[in-house]
Amino acid sequence: MMPRPARVQLFATCLVDRFFPAAGHAAVEVLERAGVEVHVPADQTCCGQPAYNGGFAADAAAMARATIDVLSRVADPVVVPSGSCADMIVHHYPALLAGDAEYGPKAAELAGRTYEFTQFLVDVLGFDPPAAQAGPTLAYHASCHGLRGLGLREQPRRLLRAAAGTRSADLPDAETCCGFGGLFAVKMGPISSAMLDAKLDAIERSGADVVVATDVSCLMHIGGGLHRRKSRVRTRHIAEVLAGHVHD
Amino acid sequence: MTESALAFHRRIDTALADARLRQALAMTTGRLAGGRAAAFDALPDPVACREEARHARAAAVARLDFYLDQFARAAAARGCTIHWAETAADAREIISGIARERGIRLAVKSKSMATEEVGLNEALEHAGVRVVETDLGEFVVQLGGDRPSHIITPIIHRSRQDVAALFQEQLGATPAEVEDIPAMTALARRVLRAEFLQAGMGISGVNLAVAETGSLCIVTNEGNGRLTTTLPRVHVALLGLERLVPTAADLAAVLAVLARSATGQASSVYTNVITGPRRRSGASGDPPCGEPDGPDELHVVILDNGRSRTLGTPLAEILYCVRCGACLNACPVYRHIGGHAYGGVYPGPVGSVVMPGLHGLEDWSELAQASSLCGACRDVCPVKIDLPHLLLAVRREAAERRLSPLWVRALMPLYAAVATRPRVYRWAGRAAARLAHAVQRGGWISRLPGPLGAWTASRDFPAPSARSFVEEHRERKAASA
Repeated sequence: MMPRPARVQLFATCLVDRFFPAAGHAAVEVLERAGVEVHVPADQTCCGQPAYNGGFAADAAAMARATIDVLSRVADPVVVPSGSCADMIVHHYPALLAGDAEYGPKAAELAGRTYEFTQFLVDVLGFDPPAAQAGPTLAYHASCHGLRGLGLREQPRRLLRAAAGTRSADLPDAETCCGFGGLFAVKMGPISSAMLDAKLDAIERSGADVVVATDVSCLMHIGGGLHRRKSRVRTRHIAEVLAGHVHD
Repeated sequence: MTESALAFHRRIDTALADARLRQALAMTTGRLAGGRAAAFDALPDPVACREEARHARAAAVARLDFYLDQFARAAAARGCTIHWAETAADAREIISGIARERGIRLAVKSKSMATEEVGLNEALEHAGVRVVETDLGEFVVQLGGDRPSHIITPIIHRSRQDVAALFQEQLGATPAEVEDIPAMTALARRVLRAEFLQAGMGISGVNLAVAETGSLCIVTNEGNGRLTTTLPRVHVALLGLERLVPTAADLAAVLAVLARSATGQASSVYTNVITGPRRRSGASGDPPCGEPDGPDELHVVILDNGRSRTLGTPLAEILYCVRCGACLNACPVYRHIGGHAYGGVYPGPVGSVVMPGLHGLEDWSELAQASSLCGACRDVCPVKIDLPHLLLAVRREAAERRLSPLWVRALMPLYAAVATRPRVYRWAGRAAARLAHAVQRGGWISRLPGPLGAWTASRDFPAPSARSFVEEHRERKAASA
């Protein structure tokens, strides 16, 4: 385990940057509250996962090299408020660039200092979330790549348990995919929708007011489905919950 | 999109519209997945068990030519006749030939996906051999002129009531004979017992073959496999050429995870290890009175049918597969669309890798797009095959061969070009946000154009933020400085 760092770089991810800036601000707030200085590299873009998952290896590699450059100007750890994009950097960059004499080693080095947000808070900082306060009832959806790629089983749940206290609802099949899957949601729209319907049914059955996840990609999908259903249930990134931003 | 890809999408729509199918799938996959989880939870070290099984299979696949040779020699030494089938047509011809030369008119079969793969039943019927499926599920499939939709539970798509109606229609069953599942099973058993006693040939698949001993391992839950391989005078076993383990100890390692993964059982009800045909007394090493039962002839047909093409490619890991079906039960896509939608003999995550490997990418690469890459399949695989990685390898090859939809092929290089130029990227993001602002309502877009309409068909899409997080953050920092 690394010594407690004084400064981190936040790789916000393209979806947080363009669709969910509130999650990015909340992540900064929580990290700063935990006593870490947060630097947000201004020229960050997308990790390249859409191209990678589509099978477009050369395009994905180009985006990976650009992201590696952006995050390697300083050696500070990289925190990513997304299990999926963190998994991309930690596991898929080294594989994708294994044959690249220059970027292969850089990818491995970056992978070694990249953390998903809750993983960093719990495993590196030993962060104590603020005590539970009154508020909406929360249900946790376990995003696939964080869960199965990075093994984030306990960290987000532990933080949420502390932050939500008795206000947490059990989400049935919390570890089943919501059907987002990037371009899968469009290329295989009907299957993706069927998976989403099952997830939305489970959410509504859970009695929760707010669905929480480590990834805004899943929340974008779930939120879009809830909005179409005119559901009262809202979505929040876990950073927003930890920052106390759970009300509308 | 190719015609076969379009057909896949039509089958998906049909499956999703079938409420009874989806209810049956949800129930059975849930039960099997739950059974699997409980069975592994009960092991002291489930991860080590999977590692051992993987190691056994990986060792065999890594030196497949050596172990195939060792197996063939050992099996021949115990009296088996070995046949090599390079293609499905070869397998059909070899097995039809064995039946023809011996004047066999009736063959009983235990469950075998490899025989499905080569279309054996049709070929034998064509050669004048009546074929009777004796696995209960496959028996129902055959009666209904249907196809299996799961590699372990072939009639997962059928309800009990369906089967009752089929038995009444095809077997003339009385209402009492289809009153409940035990009654239906008893009826099938009566029908099948007569066939077993008359059949001249028994045909089986092979779960695993042991190279060092030349043995065939066949696991079943119904006992039909044991009858198929011992009662008829001739036993023909169709063995996929990758289904080897080096030693009997390796067999034990794989059996420790196979039934647990498939059905949640610690072991299948019948685990048969068959080494050669029935031995008569006389030869050295034979029991003095000979063996009391077993076939006079045992033919092992070793099937390639495209498998060896996978060796040495990024897809080679799929050859470790022991066809337990756990990845089907775990897959949220399979759980919603079932096996028939995939269109091939092998459905689900494993099928999406196997089918393009066996039959080429052109007609089968679209299956690999039907995955959200959630990784549930990898988590349950008894030999720890990295299925999402293999699905990605199929997608990669499909992209290189320009088999993905035109809009995706056009979009990805453009997206990469923009994303590797931060200033262009920021400008494009702002432009998209302005464009979206005109069509959004309350922060949501309810209709997107072109292929993106597949999103808004069932979900709203969030409108992009007018200002990006990175820009806002920079401004906040500047203001507080």
